[in-house]
Amino acid sequence: MSQLTVSTSPHVHSEFTTRNIMCMVILALLPSGIMGTYFLGLRSLAVIATCIIACVASEYVWQKFVIKTKVTINDLSAALTGLLLAYNLPPSIPLWMAICGSIFAVIVVKQFYGGIGCNIVNPALAARAMMLISWPTAMTTWTVNGVSGATPLAAMKAGNPVTLSCLNLWSGNMGGCIGETSSLLLIIGGIYLIWENVISWRIPVIYIVTAAILGSLFNHGGGFYPVHEILTGGLLIGAFFMATDYTTSPMSAKGQIIYAFGCGLLTALIRTWGGYPEGVSFSILIMNIAVPLIDRYTEPRVFGAPKSNFAKRMGGK
Amino acid sequence: MPTFLGGVHPPEGKSLTENMAIEKLMPDSGLFIYPLSQHIGAPCSPVVNKGDQVLVGQKIADTEAFVSAPIFSGVSGTVKEIAPKMTIAGSVEQCIVIENDGKYEKAPSLLDELYSGKSPEPSEYVKLIRAAGIVGMGGACFPTHVKLLPPKDKVIKWVIINAAECEPYLTCDNRLMLESPDEVLRGLEYALKIFPEAVGVVGIEDNKPEAIKTMTEHNKNSKISIMPLKVKYPQGAEKMLIKSVTGQEVPLVPALPADVGCIVLNTRTAWHICKAIEEGLPVTERVVTVTGDAIASPKNLQVPLGISVKELINACGGFRYEPVKIIAGGPMMGLAMRSYDVPVVKGTSGILALTKNLAYISEESACIRCGKCVEACPMHLEPTLLDHAVRRRDYETFEAHGGMNCIECGSCAYSCPASRHLVQSYKNGKAFVTAERKKAAAKAKEGK
Repeated sequence: MSQLTVSTSPHVHSEFTTRNIMCMVILALLPSGIMGTYFLGLRSLAVIATCIIACVASEYVWQKFVIKTKVTINDLSAALTGLLLAYNLPPSIPLWMAICGSIFAVIVVKQFYGGIGCNIVNPALAARAMMLISWPTAMTTWTVNGVSGATPLAAMKAGNPVTLSCLNLWSGNMGGCIGETSSLLLIIGGIYLIWENVISWRIPVIYIVTAAILGSLFNHGGGFYPVHEILTGGLLIGAFFMATDYTTSPMSAKGQIIYAFGCGLLTALIRTWGGYPEGVSFSILIMNIAVPLIDRYTEPRVFGAPKSNFAKRMGGK
Repeated sequence: MPTFLGGVHPPEGKSLTENMAIEKLMPDSGLFIYPLSQHIGAPCSPVVNKGDQVLVGQKIADTEAFVSAPIFSGVSGTVKEIAPKMTIAGSVEQCIVIENDGKYEKAPSLLDELYSGKSPEPSEYVKLIRAAGIVGMGGACFPTHVKLLPPKDKVIKWVIINAAECEPYLTCDNRLMLESPDEVLRGLEYALKIFPEAVGVVGIEDNKPEAIKTMTEHNKNSKISIMPLKVKYPQGAEKMLIKSVTGQEVPLVPALPADVGCIVLNTRTAWHICKAIEEGLPVTERVVTVTGDAIASPKNLQVPLGISVKELINACGGFRYEPVKIIAGGPMMGLAMRSYDVPVVKGTSGILALTKNLAYISEESACIRCGKCVEACPMHLEPTLLDHAVRRRDYETFEAHGGMNCIECGSCAYSCPASRHLVQSYKNGKAFVTAERKKAAAKAKEGK
């Protein structure tokens, strides 16, 4: 008989691996991208492909030739970053800009900080923010099949109620980023991830409810329209797919609740009184950098530790 | 249904052996090996010499130390040698080797020896339990008489039989409850006589409905209740079981179950208490679940202690497929074995041989901070934080965030998508901190 393997327990493992988690997230995102391409035009596909290829290539080149370490593109995290970045870009974006954004996301935001699991902000969102500042016109030109127009959020900011039909609102037949418009498919994708226990319900549900209710209360959009707050703009993709990014969200249940509420509050504030019509990206980025602090103050009470004393709660002296 | 917060649901794997009645295995020859340390506490010293004739149930090693338990021969025969041998934990320890003559001649019972054949008074129970060499038979092997002598100021309100058997694959406790429910219940009754103010609870995970039914039917004592528990690993961890049964949390280490009025005994331990008090039987045998996808016909075997694991595997038809891992105990907390020509000891509850399809061998990747370990930890620690601390040798952080409270159940590593070797980290961290504390204590003593 050949040799026996000796290792520490446990000797069995759940079916979760980094790769299949990323796979499930990509799968959950695919339908809304297809819908986005259908409504916004075939150019969307070119943007998606460009971002994914550029992200994966950046990670490969960086790991293989610059820091000369094990190449981990097989974990699909770079591909997911590319997909998410593309979903957050307008379909008319020049492809070279998309490439710049992809390189920034993977190399500056992710690899400079130590690679997967070490970045402090969401790479795709940070890249989007960089692009929004660098190329404001290209990043805010919204076209539906080549015809440009205002997004519903911009209209709401101006105090005009949303005039889209219910069907268009749910399916995503409106101006916006490639992957953010088809609300129904994003919700289905999100529910799939919660069902598969990839993400917890806490962040998306609390984020969406907070943003919708506070936005309406702040009279954003000229009245109490919580459903419009949810179905327009990037709230759904942000809440289900960006704010739930493991690396940049808190680990404890209590921390996730605080973080999600913060995202919701900031989104409503920026949408109502900020300089941009949409505040999802910035809200999540701001809350991302608050995560170490949130994690520190929401560390769970160790089983058996006294309930009152904070230092002792964690089992310390 | 009573339970605790956290935990995981590994595939149970119990169907391989849960319907297999306990089979007796009594080989008529062979070398039987008895390590001098089969328990937590001081190792024993041999009380026999090379060339001595020994009988089944004859004491072969003992010590004066309080936290320890004597060791008995499981066969009759001749002491061949007292020498270092490899044990099931993979370390080399001093062992007594006995050549089995196959006659299984019995030594006089402990009752004859100590109480001239009569059953003793409850005040004598603890002494008898020590004399019978009874330890926690679930795997931890903590001497039972030490558990039964809590500090005087603690009032014991619950004596809990740990029949959760939450480790996947293992079914030896389940079979014991089905085949000898009365002995287990009487063992608990005897323990209750030591603690007259306590009630007895048998906690069983509800994936063993037959055992729950049998035990409930056989239980005639109004002070004892049978409590079905939610199926979740590690329901059978002492602290989790106490939480599920009584709703109380045992305080941080070094607190003991007695601090919340509880004493927890394994099913097999209760059976041994009954046998020791009624028949004066010491611990000379145990039931071992031999299972896994590599074993030809998995079984629950009752074997004399000291028998080689190899014989157990042969008795189950050998290997059907080539195993890559053979584990002493269950898959969540068991020890991977280097060789299987090692003896069965008091704490060997199972032998699990896994093929490469089931044995989990995988390369680590970077932590993605998914928080699944935090969700899974039944002690509510932050495993990833502790892991990072140990890896950068920051043992202060490890201690400050409760690392010493880790029960090494493996729930975190089971659920980690990056396959981090988390349990290995905590074992290292705990060993380092314990060693440092010992050093500091020794220094303080010198200073005085």
